[in-house]
Amino acid sequence: MSDKVYMTPNPPTPNKGVKFNPTICNGCNLCVEVCPTDVMMPNPERKKPPIVLYPEECWFCAGCVEECPKAGAITMVHPLSQNISVNWKRKDTGEYFRLGMKNPPPPNTRPPSGGE
Amino acid sequence: MTTWNEYVEKGGALPEWPYPILYEKENEIVSDVLILGGGVAGCHAAISAAREGAKVVLAERGMAKRSGSGGAGVDHWHGACTNPCSKVTPEEYTRAVMDCAHGYSNGIARYITCKEGWDTLLECEEMGVQIRDVKDEFKGADFRDEETKLMFAYDYKNRHVLRVWGYNIKPCLYNEMKQLGVGIFNRVVVTSLLTEGGKQGARVVGATGVNTRTGEFYVFKSKAIIVSTGGAGRLFTFAPEITAASSMSDMNSAGVGQAVGWNAGAEFVLMEQTGPGRLTGFGYTPYSMGNASNTYHGTPIVDANGKEVPWFDVEGRELKTVQERFLPSPGQNFQLGIGIGLHYYLDQYRLNNLAQDLPERVRKGEFTLPLYADLSRLPELERRVIFGMMVGNEGKTRIPIYDTFTKAGFNPDKDMLQAPVMLPEAYQNSNFWGGTPIPHLRSLAGGGFLVDWDLRTSLEGLYAAGGVPIFGGGCHGEAHTSGRYAARKAAAYARTTAEPAVDRQQVEAEKARVYAPVNQNKNGVGWKELNYAITRVMQDYCGKYKNEGTLNLGLRLLNELKENEAASTYASNPHELGRTLECFSLITVGEMVMQASLARKCSSIYLDLYRLDYPQMDPPDWRKLLPIRLEDNKVKVRELPLDFHLKPPYAPAYEENYKLHCGH
Repeated sequence: MSDKVYMTPNPPTPNKGVKFNPTICNGCNLCVEVCPTDVMMPNPERKKPPIVLYPEECWFCAGCVEECPKAGAITMVHPLSQNISVNWKRKDTGEYFRLGMKNPPPPNTRPPSGGE
Repeated sequence: MTTWNEYVEKGGALPEWPYPILYEKENEIVSDVLILGGGVAGCHAAISAAREGAKVVLAERGMAKRSGSGGAGVDHWHGACTNPCSKVTPEEYTRAVMDCAHGYSNGIARYITCKEGWDTLLECEEMGVQIRDVKDEFKGADFRDEETKLMFAYDYKNRHVLRVWGYNIKPCLYNEMKQLGVGIFNRVVVTSLLTEGGKQGARVVGATGVNTRTGEFYVFKSKAIIVSTGGAGRLFTFAPEITAASSMSDMNSAGVGQAVGWNAGAEFVLMEQTGPGRLTGFGYTPYSMGNASNTYHGTPIVDANGKEVPWFDVEGRELKTVQERFLPSPGQNFQLGIGIGLHYYLDQYRLNNLAQDLPERVRKGEFTLPLYADLSRLPELERRVIFGMMVGNEGKTRIPIYDTFTKAGFNPDKDMLQAPVMLPEAYQNSNFWGGTPIPHLRSLAGGGFLVDWDLRTSLEGLYAAGGVPIFGGGCHGEAHTSGRYAARKAAAYARTTAEPAVDRQQVEAEKARVYAPVNQNKNGVGWKELNYAITRVMQDYCGKYKNEGTLNLGLRLLNELKENEAASTYASNPHELGRTLECFSLITVGEMVMQASLARKCSSIYLDLYRLDYPQMDPPDWRKLLPIRLEDNKVKVRELPLDFHLKPPYAPAYEENYKLHCGH
């Protein structure tokens, strides 16, 4: 725990809006270019993921995800106050699931209609 | 390390603003047709004007490839009355809408939409939007025409609403604009319209704007201008920290088009019409909860014990089969869908719905909370078209809902999606994800520029397009179609008019106003605090119930804000400058709403307007439009019949007016 502690404002709300996976993101900034509200800014370090500066301005259109050439580099993270309410119940087993649960069921791999 | 906090804490240094700072730098951009606002209306207008041979420039607040209310996609297209399967004529549809609105809507824009909406959609198809079931995924479904492979929503008999795979509609429009050589200026907040001689009410000859990354200034000179900006979502409600920047209008929705039009002297109508602010983001993520409305229309709703909530037609007959939910009742000619800017439906055109006394039945214990959407009870093709085709192509559903939910394991074949647990009365509206209505929150609901059969505003050179700028606006399809039409008219006007001359004094005064927030000493408030204060004034003094005294006090407080707090609001960078300038626009739009509310000295159920000092509901003398405008900065009000669009100087019939004006 040798990291310096700084005076910073509280984390913004929502904290992220969008989350980057730094091992997949190549810092191309195409997401920065299409975001309608400039939620994120280019990282001063080249090839690094953008910096989420204005997460509260994200309206979750997901244009950044659709624009991203690297699958899995960007994930939408809706406010926890909204995701906590997304629950579903499996009819045959009666199990309850929720978005963001620790041990989710296996993914449903069927793609949406339309598109490639 | 992907957030600002993480970056600062790791390196111990603030990141510098990543774009060059160019405050006061002036760029002059000249065009035949200038379009303000690059949502679907503005982009389709740009394409249409460019195809007419005009030199076109588009100024967009965000980035035109993805921005705007329709920028995130669309799953159904209303008013496609001329599609080969439609059984509803443009005239019938327009009259239905006008009857439902009791005259308080826009017959011109509605008729144009019905007349050209299908052609406009075919243009989108040519640009790469899928509008037919080409892969035969839904072969044999009740909602599909086997010959054209078109698919229908809501009313499967009359077939005037088309299901479309519009998740990529904005990139398609954007690519087309680029191919046509449209000059696209992204990240520009429009700050004013320029008029001949700098005079209010004179011909519009251009606009000014500021880049919200660099802070540089633009003087746009143009022979014709189309305003196609968005709503004013931040006027009555603002809480981006908890509303995910609102459900249905993003942060850029700040009434900028209305404000600059008002200051230039254009006439507006129906600004006094507001509605309950249901989709402001205080509920749940759009389309994320079990519900039975709009995109989910027809979805079975069951209670905690698996007991299904019955569906009824408008005559109160229980609908026993799924098929019947999508058909008009025997007494109806056709059903209008929802999401078309109507706040009131006559039974003649209303959709089938869940039991209207569901709140009462919940209270009495007949249905046990929580409720669920049980898509598995639908036939396979109905289930797939709702969760898969519509959820998957509607705005903000492809990634935020479909992709997120399926990756998390949700499977509509075997899972029931829970509805929110709310006050019983909140189940009155089958769009459950909107949440429990909050009584003091309102939203604008139909006010806009007064337009004629050319979609021209009251000012020479200025046209309007889109669901928001045009009064009585409707839906996604109307935005495209009105943009396409207005652009033809604007391009024709530009061909006949002289080069515009910009008034230098007007530009200089605007520059001084625009850059004041970056020259402040930072003792003032920031833009967010100002925005919250504006919404408080609107909520308190321009809520559902009003009187002359509260409205005048509200105007006084908005003016106080303008002269004091707004005048000393500071902006640390071009982004904050853009948001601050938008707050100035919000104050102006607030004044417009209050002035329009003062002008209408009656209450009206159709306008959701309750004047405590004039409680009489919709007296016959007040069944009219009240155009308002500024002249020498004084508010002027006049009267206009609700059916002005079918009275001299216009012809008495829709079709005749259309033929005279459409420009074909």
